[in-house]
Amino acid sequence: MNKTPEQINKDLLRPIYHATWRFYVTAAILAALVAAALFAWGYQMYYGLGISGLNRPVFWAFYITNFVFWIGISHAGTLISAILRVCNASWRRPVTRCAEAITVFSLSIAGLFPLIHLGRPWLFFWLIPYPSERGIWPQFRSPLLWDFFAINTYLIGSVTFLLLPSFPDFALIRDRASGWRRKVYGIISLGWRGTPKQWHRLEMAMRIMAVAIIPVAVSVHTIVSWDFAMAPVPGWHSTVFGPCFVAGAIFSGIAALIVAMALLRKLLHLEEYLRPIHFDNLGKLLLVMSLLWFYFVFAERLTTWYGNFPGEMSVFWSTQIGRFSPLFWTMVFCNFLIPAPILAIKKLRNKIGWTVVASVPIIIGMWLERFLIIVPSLSYKYLPYNFGTYRPSWVEIIITIGTFAAMGLLYLIFSRVFPIISIWELKLGMPKKEAAPELTTQEAAAGQTQAG
Amino acid sequence: MVIDEDRCTGCEACVAACHAENNIATVGDDEAARGRALHWIRVERYYEGDFPDIRVKYRPVLCQQCSDAPCEPVCPTYASYQNNEGLNAQIYNRCIGTRYCANACPYMVRFFNFYNPVWDKPLDLQFNPDVSLRSVGIMEKCTFCIQRIKSAEINAKAEKRPLKDGEFNSACVQSCPAGAMIFGDLNDPESRVSRLSKSNRGTTFLEELGTHPKVVYLKRDTWHDEQNA
Repeated sequence: MNKTPEQINKDLLRPIYHATWRFYVTAAILAALVAAALFAWGYQMYYGLGISGLNRPVFWAFYITNFVFWIGISHAGTLISAILRVCNASWRRPVTRCAEAITVFSLSIAGLFPLIHLGRPWLFFWLIPYPSERGIWPQFRSPLLWDFFAINTYLIGSVTFLLLPSFPDFALIRDRASGWRRKVYGIISLGWRGTPKQWHRLEMAMRIMAVAIIPVAVSVHTIVSWDFAMAPVPGWHSTVFGPCFVAGAIFSGIAALIVAMALLRKLLHLEEYLRPIHFDNLGKLLLVMSLLWFYFVFAERLTTWYGNFPGEMSVFWSTQIGRFSPLFWTMVFCNFLIPAPILAIKKLRNKIGWTVVASVPIIIGMWLERFLIIVPSLSYKYLPYNFGTYRPSWVEIIITIGTFAAMGLLYLIFSRVFPIISIWELKLGMPKKEAAPELTTQEAAAGQTQAG
Repeated sequence: MVIDEDRCTGCEACVAACHAENNIATVGDDEAARGRALHWIRVERYYEGDFPDIRVKYRPVLCQQCSDAPCEPVCPTYASYQNNEGLNAQIYNRCIGTRYCANACPYMVRFFNFYNPVWDKPLDLQFNPDVSLRSVGIMEKCTFCIQRIKSAEINAKAEKRPLKDGEFNSACVQSCPAGAMIFGDLNDPESRVSRLSKSNRGTTFLEELGTHPKVVYLKRDTWHDEQNA
């Protein structure tokens, strides 16, 4: 890429200054969908969960599916970005920020679902251990409580991880702007001056965060899996759940990242920044995760089948040949049979369009996987007398659609407020000497040697 | 509690008695069809054999009051906990409605209030004042008629004497016309329920899950088969 720093500034800051009518129309449509979802939630709070499709025995369904799904998507960003930073992979530079933003937004959405699904959501704060007139702590043996802490830790960590490397870019906007923008970005750049001391501190902080966030990310999805694995429910109570959920999360996360990057590339005209090489590299990762996903599903199914416990087999057959089998085999197609061949062929993986074709089914397939973990197990739990089934109501469907809209809306607004590609990091990775603002730092030196 | 399957006729008097004693809402036909019915005790019917040689087996299922209850550790707010008499208590006011306990319970004896409770008229005129009503969004379950146990304990204490076996009964046991259900203190080795629970016909429900229930089922004896043969 042969661009001067000034051109980079111009290209990447353009969305912050100019919004087209398309932006406003899209934002309005998405906001309307979010409003519909909020209305549905209010309706549900007023009348009770009876207006959902939940019943006995299926006490958890769409809401928890969405919860696990969005937590999974959140693994796109921070985890991938942290691993690429730790490995100092130079091609990561244009990818990291849009990935980290996915994490923050999808995690915020995921965090809402346990509240949406509560019978009495206005009492959710009873999960917080605070000295109260009630005189009791929360139950620390409950996986839901672990979840509460894990998600909050990950959310705080991800927001920090997103904001830390944003300060130099905020300062850049501040220095180039006038009027209200100068004021606002002046405040959020927290007095960034670009002194060597500040660069050094930023670099240290990023290095600590990148290492610290990896175990947090792994633990979050492991704990989400333990919400299921700790209960003696056939199909849930399995040791493979932790690693399986983490792998599945990264899998769906990368797929979401590829789709988001392809959209950004088109909408914000970033063709020269997000190049086929980035999609190719992420495609390779996606292929590995697809194979890993297939391995986990195969290993889990085979051991269940050989184990042949009556309680487990009713769940097993319901997904293989029974009522839920159409969903199961759709999932296998979406997660393995469609994407794996596409991503394995270099000629196809090189093309951005084909990586998107591989990614979209994965997002659908991983949503289905979460649904298939939750609903069949609850429908066929031990006693045949109590077998049941589940059909979502309009409230659950609207809330589900609304969260996808919320993700789109938040991301859209984000891309208009933040430079979606980290400008200073991109410049550091450039071969030209004058491109790098501070060559005294190790990060800068590393970027130079790699690029050169 | 001991339940003798040899004696159970599947009449469901226990179900009706439980509804009356514990102010359990009658959710209505439509809601019941959608799987929202609340029955703290139910009579499960299982059919064995091929037509015409069918044997029906009735099994009244209520909270098994497990010693190692899966529902307890999963509740984040201590709404579901084991009281010091060994009962699985449910504190309605603490419940925030995660429904995790209902998923963890292998016996499916926990019920969720999908709406605020309603009663068919004139059932709304005969509430039991000793039992609190449950609002929308919380779990409820069989309490082993804890209000009856407590009042018997209080009476015994007032009269400065120990509790007598058979002094108190849960509503389902009291109403069972066939005498298939026996209630009492398992901690007292001399009580009728203790002696019956040691019967060689005694089994516990889903024993392999290691929940250690305090309800013992006396399985049907072989004399049925001998009679039919």
